[in-house]
Amino acid sequence: MRLIDVAQFATGSLRGSPTRTLLMMLAMSIGVAAVVVLTALGEGARRYVISQFSSLGTNLVIVLPGRTETAGIGPGMLLGQTPREISLDDAEAVLRSRAVKRIAPLTVGSAMLSRDALNREVVVLGSTSDLLEVRHMSLGLGKFLPEGDIHESASVCVLGNLIRRELFGNEQAVGQWVRLGDRRFRVIGVLAEQGESMGMRTDELVIVPVASAHQLFNTSGLFRILIEAKSRDAIEQAKRDAEEIMFQRHKGEKDVTVITQDAVLATFDRILTALTMAVGGIAAISLAVAGVLIMNVMLIAVAQRVKEIGLLKALGAPGRQIRALFFAEAALLSTIGSAAGLVLGYAGSIIIGQIYPSLPVSPPWWAVLAACATALGTGILFSVWPARRAARLDPVTALAGR
Amino acid sequence: MIEFSQVSRSFTVGDQQVAALRGIDLNITAGDYVSIMGPSGSGKSTLLNLIGLLDRPSSGTYKLDGGNVTALDDVQQARVRSEKIGFVFQSFHLVPRLTAAMNIELPMILAGIPPAERKTRVVKLLENYGLTDRADHRPDQLSGGQRQRVAIARATSMHPAVLLADEPTGNLDQTTGKEVMSLLEQLVEQNVALIVVTHDPVIGGRAVRQIHMVDGQIVSETGRSK
Repeated sequence: MRLIDVAQFATGSLRGSPTRTLLMMLAMSIGVAAVVVLTALGEGARRYVISQFSSLGTNLVIVLPGRTETAGIGPGMLLGQTPREISLDDAEAVLRSRAVKRIAPLTVGSAMLSRDALNREVVVLGSTSDLLEVRHMSLGLGKFLPEGDIHESASVCVLGNLIRRELFGNEQAVGQWVRLGDRRFRVIGVLAEQGESMGMRTDELVIVPVASAHQLFNTSGLFRILIEAKSRDAIEQAKRDAEEIMFQRHKGEKDVTVITQDAVLATFDRILTALTMAVGGIAAISLAVAGVLIMNVMLIAVAQRVKEIGLLKALGAPGRQIRALFFAEAALLSTIGSAAGLVLGYAGSIIIGQIYPSLPVSPPWWAVLAACATALGTGILFSVWPARRAARLDPVTALAGR
Repeated sequence: MIEFSQVSRSFTVGDQQVAALRGIDLNITAGDYVSIMGPSGSGKSTLLNLIGLLDRPSSGTYKLDGGNVTALDDVQQARVRSEKIGFVFQSFHLVPRLTAAMNIELPMILAGIPPAERKTRVVKLLENYGLTDRADHRPDQLSGGQRQRVAIARATSMHPAVLLADEPTGNLDQTTGKEVMSLLEQLVEQNVALIVVTHDPVIGGRAVRQIHMVDGQIVSETGRSK
């Protein structure tokens, strides 16, 4: 029997009972669509997190005060000391490393911002001129913080775009004076509208020189040092250098934590990929259920078509040919079913993408491939038994319809 | 051509062995027109199934064209059925979702005959059996006589040497029954061995050789082999 005739015969028998065929295809396509949509969501979440991390800056190494590792008990712990804070000089010292391109010390606090009768609470970021580059921010108007001595507490500030709108409306903001806490600051620049990044709305920030921030909040310790390594390969070296320099400056005590953006990113990447796979796996169970459904319906089909099978045998079809016909039916069903499922799944992903535009929803290629392979596999696997049953029918009893 | 020697067939019903055929000896040659008659349960259908290789004897040997076909496996027997044996059934056994033309084409599709050859044979068969204007009708759109004509066309599409008809007129009225019988009888003139199983003495009486069976045995035989 020719292959094309097998396919035609199988198509014919599928068409012969459209309701049954439609239901089986529906089951198959829902399974495939579930895998596609769920993995698309997982992959979207992964890409969202990665893009958020990348928007932080490139080749970043971050130094934060305190030790989060539990590597034994240091003398400081026994004495109940709080970890030594990171000073501005510590930050400058890190620049000595040859792997480091630039740094941006960071102090964070909140203060009352006011202009005439208008005032509101804002997050104040104390940093240096390099923050713009390190954090990939962009300036909308005016200038960013001035370069120069890190200890100089100039009374200048850069406003987030939303703050500017709230305080100045349509008026010119650059050059005007505002009051931050108990000091007056001159607005020298306005950040471009950027939206959210890592939970921090740059549109609602006020950035001042780090020394000014220290005076404002009456502290001397830094919240973070952001270090940009010279290149991707220099990240590890920059991390080691930063650790070494801090170790020496803090009198032989490892009381800071140095993390790399890459390491954090890799961890998130691993977690979210695992999550995507797990979710996809759960969805794949629905494919297996569809497979069982196909087997059940196929068994009924064999019972209903006993006479036809008997006739085919009488007309000279050996058992293996009848088996092939039933296999072809299952393969056809799963192929069309998974094709419909792909269409459904992609449509679903697009709709979700429309609802949540910030989520880059698109199913990963491996999940699509796995879904189709599983659909085909289960379809054919679960038709083995019905097909064998059909092939083994005794022609005499089959023809009699018993 | 067909040689049965001491062929028996018994079935197990419950814990009892029931003999459907006991020691049948039978020779049928090409161009023979044989009717097998007898009351129900006499084993005539079992005999027909054995000749058609749909069933295997419990003992004895069956030679077809000189070769022992009882020893063949499933695939080989299927090929013999495809090439040498045609079936016509009481209930027609047409595939309901296929048109008349496609039903006729079915044995040739199963045998893997090229589509072009199939088409010419189908057209000729439709013409021979007066079904040309019914080619695209499905079985439920055909009358009983037309259905049986489609079945005969299908049975002859592979040019079989033996045609087995099991109560071919059982579901037809007398007039169409006679028409169908004369169509079958035309095949005998083309040297096909026609074997008709029936309990209708009028139909059976038309055959050149008439075999009567009772309780799995041949009790009388009239007429002669060619």
